[in-house]
Amino acid sequence: MAETASDTHDGPEGEETRRDFLLISTIAVGAAGAAVAAWPFIHMMNPSRDVLALASTEVDLEPIEEGQSITIVWRGKPVFIRKRTAKEIEIAKADDAATMKDPEADGTRVKKPEWLVMIGICTHLGCIPLGQKGSDPKGEFGGWFCPCHGSHYDTSGRIRKGPAPKNLPIPPYTFLDDTNIRIG
Amino acid sequence: MSENTRKFKNPVINWIEYRLPIFSFIDDSVGSNYPSPRNLNYWWNFGSLAGVTLVVMIATGIFLAMNYTPHVDMAFDSVERIMRDVNYGWLMRYVHMNGGTMFFIAVYIHIFRGMYYGSYKEPRELLWIIGIVIFLAMMATAFVGYVLPWGQMSFWGATVITNLFSVIPFFGDSIVQWLWGGFSVDNPTLNRFFSFHFLLPFVIFALVFLHLWALHEHKSNNPTGVEIKGDADVIPFHPYYTAKDAFGLGVFLIFFLGFTFFAPNFFGEPENYIRANPLVTPAEIVPEWYFLPYYAILRAVPDNFIDAWGILPVIITAKEAGVILMFASIIALAFLPWLDSSKVRSAKYRPIYKQLFWVFVADTFVLGYIGAHPAEGHFLLIGRIATAYYFFHLLILLPLLGRFEKTRPLPESISASVTNASSEEGQ
Repeated sequence: MAETASDTHDGPEGEETRRDFLLISTIAVGAAGAAVAAWPFIHMMNPSRDVLALASTEVDLEPIEEGQSITIVWRGKPVFIRKRTAKEIEIAKADDAATMKDPEADGTRVKKPEWLVMIGICTHLGCIPLGQKGSDPKGEFGGWFCPCHGSHYDTSGRIRKGPAPKNLPIPPYTFLDDTNIRIG
Repeated sequence: MSENTRKFKNPVINWIEYRLPIFSFIDDSVGSNYPSPRNLNYWWNFGSLAGVTLVVMIATGIFLAMNYTPHVDMAFDSVERIMRDVNYGWLMRYVHMNGGTMFFIAVYIHIFRGMYYGSYKEPRELLWIIGIVIFLAMMATAFVGYVLPWGQMSFWGATVITNLFSVIPFFGDSIVQWLWGGFSVDNPTLNRFFSFHFLLPFVIFALVFLHLWALHEHKSNNPTGVEIKGDADVIPFHPYYTAKDAFGLGVFLIFFLGFTFFAPNFFGEPENYIRANPLVTPAEIVPEWYFLPYYAILRAVPDNFIDAWGILPVIITAKEAGVILMFASIIALAFLPWLDSSKVRSAKYRPIYKQLFWVFVADTFVLGYIGAHPAEGHFLLIGRIATAYYFFHLLILLPLLGRFEKTRPLPESISASVTNASSEEGQ
């Protein structure tokens, strides 16, 4: 229909006309409008402000004794915080030279050697490793042990044996003072 | 326009028909005025069975939604309240739970029937592709629905499956956060999954109408795979196939309600009666039975399969390759009309394809069995072989087979095949 109309009114066949320009520009503006209107729907599904407000967590480290671990929830995920003993730090540093799947020096995994802060989710299939309680199995390297498929993590949370491909990840955190940290 | 209005006996129907020709529409669609091949066997029942199950799911689902609370603190308890305190709540939930299983059984048989009789071939390609889209929508619906009771398997299943999207290059992590509405599966996730679970069945309903529209354009395929050539080949849908479908439905309902009343948790996972706990993972995360073959494919790719060979730089990891393979296993089905090069539709006249079809069916069962077991040792090896065969069948065997297979002679027409068969039986 449109073609017939433009053929009869706007000029020779096969040539662009003002009508074509109007048609194309209307479609373009309409498409842009649709995209703009779609954005609120898309963005509504992104994390909301209250969720973002809880995206960081402050932790008081004061009550944690040497050799003790606590698990706190940050962004819905468990975070392991451990005050390591001098012996554990020593082993972790000595093992820097060992062959590892995901080589990383202990020094780059901590801000202060006694405080190890990491996300407690096994990098294999997302299970929660054991080793937080004194009675838990800690694996062959004295750190954490994932019961699902047998991954062993050392005292720096590095993968040493088993199917997991990566070390336990370190969340972004800062020391607010000597005994308080903010994660996130 | 109005001169063409069909006349019925009942004057009220005539009054409506004159203004809105809905009765002739029904009669032309599923009534005495819709011609169907006269030789459809019982494998052709499963389309209507799937349709009935969809209606049952929507009906029970709407009543369950009246009593369900989509909040992480209350969802689990609200489901238990449905089970214990709400009148007939247990019935609605068990019908809904087992209805999901029955829906997938009906649809899997429906898909396999289409593959056996070559129903996807020209001119029914779009009909087939719409069917695959319905299947994908069903899988999405089932997945989000399984999260709603907020048990351990709900939570960890949701975590594993949503994490699959993190393999998308560059945007993976933001897409996963967008799906979650946060930084892990949490209350916003549960809320939106509830919303989608309510919406998607109606999308499926609309897709079913497109599916039927495409079906009615060229009518049903049939066991001979020969097109309808004349009046001798067809019988009216009503009463012949309405009666046959109704009988099949009766048998199907015995099976369906047998599980609902006598083994309602047979297909379920006991772990899901434990409240979701983000800090404790179940010993093993297993999907519902209807996803097991895909789960096996997902886990079939060897860990670090590229860098273990040390030949290529690491482009994709095992996890990414597994996700790609899993989606490809379904997308490949949509291309069946072009992958299968044979001109003959029905496996009845394709001696080699007939056998390979059953090998393929067996292969999917093997994948399902492997999907239910941890990906270790010989399970992993068998899973890899079965995955390789799945793609070998679809991508290599089918295109080649059409060229080399010697097919048996086709009957002249549907009616000829029926009368010849009966005269042979007579002798």
